[in-house]
Amino acid sequence: MATAAAHRTARTQRYGGREATAGEQDAYQRAFDAAVAADERIEPRDWMPEAYRATLVRQIAQHAHSEIIGMQPEANWITRAPSLRRKAILMAKVQDEAGHGLYLYSAAETLGTGREELLDKLHTGRQKYSSIFNYPTLTWADVGAIGWLVDGAAITNQVPLCRCSYGPYARAMVRVCKEESFHQRQGYELLLALSRGTPEQHAMAQDAVDRWWWPSLMMFGPPDDESAHSAQSMAWKIKRHSNDELRQRFVDICVPQAQSLGLTLPDPDLKWNEERGHHDFGPIDWTEFKEVLKGNGPCNEQRITQRTRAHEEGAWVREAAAAHAAKHSGDSHENRESRETGAKQA
Amino acid sequence: MTTTAHTDTAALALGDDALVLSHRLGEWMGHAPVLEEEVALANIALDLLGQARILLSMAGDEDDLAYLREERAFRNLQLVEQPNGDFAHTIARQLYFSTYQHLLYDRLATGGGPFAGLAAKAVKEVAYHRDHAEQWTLRLGDGTDLSHERMRRACEALWRFTGEMFQPVEGVGIDLTGLETPWLESVAAVLGRAGLETPGGPRAGAWRAGAGRQGLHTESFGRMLAEMQHLHRSHPGASW
Repeated sequence: MATAAAHRTARTQRYGGREATAGEQDAYQRAFDAAVAADERIEPRDWMPEAYRATLVRQIAQHAHSEIIGMQPEANWITRAPSLRRKAILMAKVQDEAGHGLYLYSAAETLGTGREELLDKLHTGRQKYSSIFNYPTLTWADVGAIGWLVDGAAITNQVPLCRCSYGPYARAMVRVCKEESFHQRQGYELLLALSRGTPEQHAMAQDAVDRWWWPSLMMFGPPDDESAHSAQSMAWKIKRHSNDELRQRFVDICVPQAQSLGLTLPDPDLKWNEERGHHDFGPIDWTEFKEVLKGNGPCNEQRITQRTRAHEEGAWVREAAAAHAAKHSGDSHENRESRETGAKQA
Repeated sequence: MTTTAHTDTAALALGDDALVLSHRLGEWMGHAPVLEEEVALANIALDLLGQARILLSMAGDEDDLAYLREERAFRNLQLVEQPNGDFAHTIARQLYFSTYQHLLYDRLATGGGPFAGLAAKAVKEVAYHRDHAEQWTLRLGDGTDLSHERMRRACEALWRFTGEMFQPVEGVGIDLTGLETPWLESVAAVLGRAGLETPGGPRAGAWRAGAGRQGLHTESFGRMLAEMQHLHRSHPGASW
């Protein structure tokens, strides 16, 4: 946890190795508020309120956890993908998700925490991941529905985060969003192939959309009047739009896409509202949402068990790598570096 | 027999190796010991799948060949169909195969035959796979007592499948038996640096050497194919 230690040192140095006086605290707070108001980026070594730091750690960690838990429902279909082209696309996508997890853990580490610590919190249920990944992938079409709807919802949420006030998170989001948009198009294209395929394939696509639509709308979080962190996060410019605003934007994007897919969305109340200039849609089952968040969704147990098992069964491998590195710490840095560069792919 | 038929035989053998090993590595996704290995194993699996698609397309339609052949028609080495086992087994399998594939593609790339173009591109990917396997062999062999023991066991368990790599394959255009000495030297050197002995024991036999190339596989392979082919076969003629 070198990162955490370095960060604490940086913070202490700012106070000249002692507790900041109330006057100094106020000055720092005013400088921080001014930076946020001016749309400047907060960087790791800058002073920030402890609550801002804690909120970001929670949000970035939850985001990282979602990427790695989110590998499971899709990896579930890698060995059964129906064509080699689709298999390659799916493998590349799941690989990207592991990569996103890595960027995000790195972003979280700039706030003075460590990946091991965060993983431990995930494994013991002290930190959450997106509720959507507690739903099962029952058919091949689910892979397409996840791409189109789940990645679509994620992008709607994440694009504004590219302008988030915390620099490392905003920069991670730029990279993540580029790849996510690509995945989303691939998911759409997968569903389109099914929708235009045999009657059985079309039915498979419709069934998947029917099962994933409502859980995707839940990805935007509770309604604005019940969202505990929203107001503060918006004031800090971590968040730029409310849950309900983003959810509405997503529905408005999806309706015409569903039409061009030749698929319907499972909501009898869904219709265009001329006056609002938006689609009205039916009520979300918040009881289900809360149950899933509490751990009572269809796959909560399975997802955490698999993640924990992979971690525990891999302990001897990580220990071996650490022991090997310790034995060979005398190897010249140059040698190690040239090996690593040589190992990288073109 | 035409040259094309010979080329098809070789394309299927090399393509099936890549296809089957890629599938096995795909089974790791979401289960790797560390996040970086999720990325690395997927990366290797993707490279191999890319090679498989080119090679199978040389012999026919890639999806028909992957999804509609039965076990006895597959021409891959028994080595690549071996179950993942623990991480040490996966690494030992990768070390044995990537070392072979690297030597093979290196020769093919300069040979000017039908596989020269593919090999020239793939040899760079395979060099990375080989390096990855070697680095992990060193870490596990020369890591903790437990990792040493697991790596030792994995190398021994898979040794019996290494003889078949050097059996002649019609149409491949190079002498595969000539790869055996450099392969043995390279693997022994890596194992030596990892503090592991090069396994002894037979590497050839009626059910081992060359058997995979003739469509004689090990028991777990049929189950792997059942999973891989099920969806495709359930929708005859559908496109995806």
